[in-house]
Amino acid sequence: MRYARPQTLPDALALLAAGQARVLAGGTDLYPATQDRQLAGDVVDLTAIPQLGGIAETSEGMRIGAATTWSSIAEATLPPALAALQQAARLVGGRQIQNAGTLGGNLCNASPAADGVPPLLAVDAEVELFGPQGARRLPLAEFLLGPRHTALAAGEILVAVHVPRGVLSSPSCFVKLGARAHLVISIAMVAARLRLEGGRIAEAALAVGSCGPVATRLPELEAQMTGQSIEGAQALVTEAALAAHLRPIDDIRASGAYRLTAAAELLRRAIAGCAP
Amino acid sequence: MIRFTLNGEDVTCDAAPTRRLSDLLRDGLGKYGTKVGCDAGDCGACSVLIDGRVSCACLVPAARVEGCHVQTVEGKTPELTRLRAAFQRHGAAQCGICTPGMLMAGAELLARNPQPSWAETEVALGGVLCRCTGYRKIIAAVCDATGAGVPSAAEGPSIGQPLPRVDGAAKVAGDLFGADVVPEGALTLRAVRSPHPHAGFTFGDLTAYAARPGVAAVFTAADIPGRNAFGVIPPFADQPALAPSPARFRGEAVALVAFEPGAEAELADFPITWHPLPALTDPAEAERSAALVHPNRGGNLLVQGRVVKGDAEGALASSAHVVEGEVATAFVEHAYIEPEAGAAWMEGETLCIRACTQAPVMDRDDTALVLGLPVERVRILPSAVGGGFGSKLDLSLQPLLGLAALKLGRPVRMTYSRAESMASTTKRHPAQMRGRIGCDATGRITGLLFEGRFDTGAYASWGPTVANRVPVHATGPYFTPHVRAIARAIHTNNPVSGAFRGFGVPQAAIWQETLFDKLAEKAGLDRLDFRLRNALRDGQPSATGQIMTATGIAACLEALRPHWQRALAEAAAQPHRGVGIASCWYGCGNTSLPNPSTIRIGITPQGRVILHQGATDIGQGSNTVITQIAADALGLPLHHFHLIGPDTALTPDAGKTSASRQTYVSGRAAQDSARALRAMILRQANASDSARLQLDGARLRILDAGREHGIDLAALPPDALGYALSSEATYDPPTAPLDADGQGRPYAVYGYGAQMVELSVDPALGTVTLHKITAAHDLGRAINPLLATGQIEGGIAQGIGLALMEEYIPGRTENLHDYLIPTTSDVPQIESLLIEVPEPEGPFGAKGLGEHVLIPTAPAILNAIRHATGAEITRLPALPHRILAAMREAGR
Repeated sequence: MRYARPQTLPDALALLAAGQARVLAGGTDLYPATQDRQLAGDVVDLTAIPQLGGIAETSEGMRIGAATTWSSIAEATLPPALAALQQAARLVGGRQIQNAGTLGGNLCNASPAADGVPPLLAVDAEVELFGPQGARRLPLAEFLLGPRHTALAAGEILVAVHVPRGVLSSPSCFVKLGARAHLVISIAMVAARLRLEGGRIAEAALAVGSCGPVATRLPELEAQMTGQSIEGAQALVTEAALAAHLRPIDDIRASGAYRLTAAAELLRRAIAGCAP
Repeated sequence: MIRFTLNGEDVTCDAAPTRRLSDLLRDGLGKYGTKVGCDAGDCGACSVLIDGRVSCACLVPAARVEGCHVQTVEGKTPELTRLRAAFQRHGAAQCGICTPGMLMAGAELLARNPQPSWAETEVALGGVLCRCTGYRKIIAAVCDATGAGVPSAAEGPSIGQPLPRVDGAAKVAGDLFGADVVPEGALTLRAVRSPHPHAGFTFGDLTAYAARPGVAAVFTAADIPGRNAFGVIPPFADQPALAPSPARFRGEAVALVAFEPGAEAELADFPITWHPLPALTDPAEAERSAALVHPNRGGNLLVQGRVVKGDAEGALASSAHVVEGEVATAFVEHAYIEPEAGAAWMEGETLCIRACTQAPVMDRDDTALVLGLPVERVRILPSAVGGGFGSKLDLSLQPLLGLAALKLGRPVRMTYSRAESMASTTKRHPAQMRGRIGCDATGRITGLLFEGRFDTGAYASWGPTVANRVPVHATGPYFTPHVRAIARAIHTNNPVSGAFRGFGVPQAAIWQETLFDKLAEKAGLDRLDFRLRNALRDGQPSATGQIMTATGIAACLEALRPHWQRALAEAAAQPHRGVGIASCWYGCGNTSLPNPSTIRIGITPQGRVILHQGATDIGQGSNTVITQIAADALGLPLHHFHLIGPDTALTPDAGKTSASRQTYVSGRAAQDSARALRAMILRQANASDSARLQLDGARLRILDAGREHGIDLAALPPDALGYALSSEATYDPPTAPLDADGQGRPYAVYGYGAQMVELSVDPALGTVTLHKITAAHDLGRAINPLLATGQIEGGIAQGIGLALMEEYIPGRTENLHDYLIPTTSDVPQIESLLIEVPEPEGPFGAKGLGEHVLIPTAPAILNAIRHATGAEITRLPALPHRILAAMREAGR
């Protein structure tokens, strides 16, 4: 096998179990990693497996197939909690990348700057994995272990992302900051989701990306926001409050100190973006 | 077997399943309209439609298109046909390398939204990078794709008409660039390059490597038959085609491997051992260091340029106001979308090299030297050039192609990867600049002291030009009685710094124009008034003592004044808004050096007018502009002209496409040649100069005061070139050498400009939103306003990048996602004001424009940021974190 495009999940598992094959979906990470005319080694292409496609309501909430492209996410009609994910979908690369790149690939590639991660963290997403030992579920936060490092076991496939029903109706917002308009890796990005009751925050979910080895939620800050107004919640977002939870680095795009400042400001804007 | 439809036709082909679709289309199926700029999804040049959706073909496994409908630029859909016409009408294609990708992205948009808004189009095209146009004309074309076809060239005079480019049809069809013509059976060349900035190396068993299946040959420095040192300025030629140990910069080629056609050109096992050495990467340290990049260049000094007039120190000491400042700029990458590419083959004894270039004759001469051949045995056939901006003036792969073709007697091809192109070719010089400028109590400039250290990298390239050009231009286009300006080009083990649109002048203008704002403030003058008060006027001497004529800077500033007043009022009414202004001047052509162009025009016995046009058109439009000049000077309509060249075997030397010289110098040669031809015709007819010419097949009719005279072209004895009538003219700008104090007449012609930037700065994030740029440029005479505004918009886009986002870091930003250039939505509305102060030396009064347009943008942006926030940016690019830090320092 140099290349296989299985039609079923068991076939895919069998192919992966056979050896060292790499998994290919949108190709937006595998191809840039080589300068060759083709991919080296064995490749299992997951884009023809029906279970990996589609966005559907389930008894427990929403299920997004791992091979769903960014443009499919952007074009779908989705509940308010996934508005942030749709905003992110429109900011991944350019239209060419959005037509090719997949949600599952974004998660498995595990870049600290993965645009899909903060919006999914903010909706308590779980990943559905399928491997030689059967199926399992993990909270997204436990799936992402570090830069380019996930909990995916050998021979295991990310099949879908699940979003629990309970969060779906709460409004969400994604804000990305980069040094140019399109085709940009973020300096910092955030997602916020707020459940509002009578103008007060009943539940807050905040996530920040590109400010540490993996994107992260801010549980302490979220807890403090319960009962606050939008303005009150914004006032709680300070650099000091974030400093304990983020580990931004200096790199070519920005300084770590700036990232902290920016993350706080982006969070305040994302909170405002959740207001009705 | 893979089966799909390509532009409506069934295709069945055999390909490795994970082969990039882009590679299958091009090398597999011969459809070279789809371009490859990065192989990483960063540039969008390879955009194709798969079942109607636009994708980067470089990221698609061939097997994935089984059963799909694939559309490429070769397609003939109604959307593509309309887009092609609109692109030509709007001047949306300059070099043409991004055009196929833009057309496909536009086609996808139009299929789902036949009348898209500007904003929708910006987003839809946001995944395709363009380095030439500044995007505005491309977006306008897509929004206007429902409009009519392409206007045909006028019957009457063409100068001043916004005509579509004469080579536009090829560009919107997917033009043939360096990588797009592959000789039958060509071997593939790949270079082994240094991964270190400074490293010795030893080879393992090269003979065994060369004997591997698929490997045809291996070459090293030992195989170079001639002088293993090239360089654009002969006395400084120092760069090896293949370096002997040690390599002096990361990316330097040390060996060349020729692979058989079809073999995987894989260098992973190449037998080489590297021994990293201490590297000089900081030019200030390099100046002090005992370690030398070149043993004969003490202090690592390549060249120091110097202009001294009067007593600058004394003038500053007695000035009412003095400002002082330091600015540092970064390496800037040209980031043309076409990586270097070409092919070579032997035709008898002649080595033919077809590659992208800005300077075919220089390529020929230097390649011949490296290969030990007489120049007559080297022929350079420039391909279409997918952007150059100065970097494709230097040799890159020409001597490598030539070496392999010569030694092996077989055709060869070579295409740089994006990383290889970025690592190995030249950059804009990083500059560390400081100094003082003073004025009197009325705001008149008294004196200027400037010192600049320019990191010229490992080899000379255009470092001497930058060092000499910067002091000449350091005052800006302002009368400055006392000047002392020094620029030093310093060697390091960094990338080779060479020519990049402006030769150091854009960096110096950042220093000077940002200090001018502070000086105007001290003098209590409006920033535009301050500049106007000091603007050079006819009869005043420049810093080099040259008495200026046709001086257009005041006219440019005056043209901006109503816009300036509106913008200042608008900015005052809104928070966080700023307005900035900056000027430029730029001498056209070489600095005090000969710089001739020769243009030949012939009329065949059959009545075809042939223009031997050797000025390489890298997108700027020389093919069109020089034809317009020749047509009007001869007195025949544009459509009679057929272009030949550039090709060193077919066209006389029209010099290099650099220094904003082609419209002026080659254009003047074209004018002189056409006038000579016209005079020859009029003499035969005994007609006056007011006669009209008409070409009717082989009959040339001369209509003069109601009298008609005919020349039967077929009956004339053909000349040595087979023409019934022909002429050739050479023009060399009248310049004079600079003395030890830099006094003299370095350029015959200068162009001028001033730009105004309106922007907002986000007070919490330090991010900049550009609202509008108004650009007034004195180009003497706008031969073609459509192309001229295209130059302005494209130069501004590069100025935006220089100001706000571009910084090349060796080993770290060797791709187009870490090295950022502006995208569609990063370029704001641009209003161009074409100012025409005629230049007697120029053809029909024309001056140069190509580089001028970039110079004012960055300082005008920085001045607007300061106006909005108080932030003074002293290190470029002005990334958000630097702006925010500067805002905090300014206390706002």
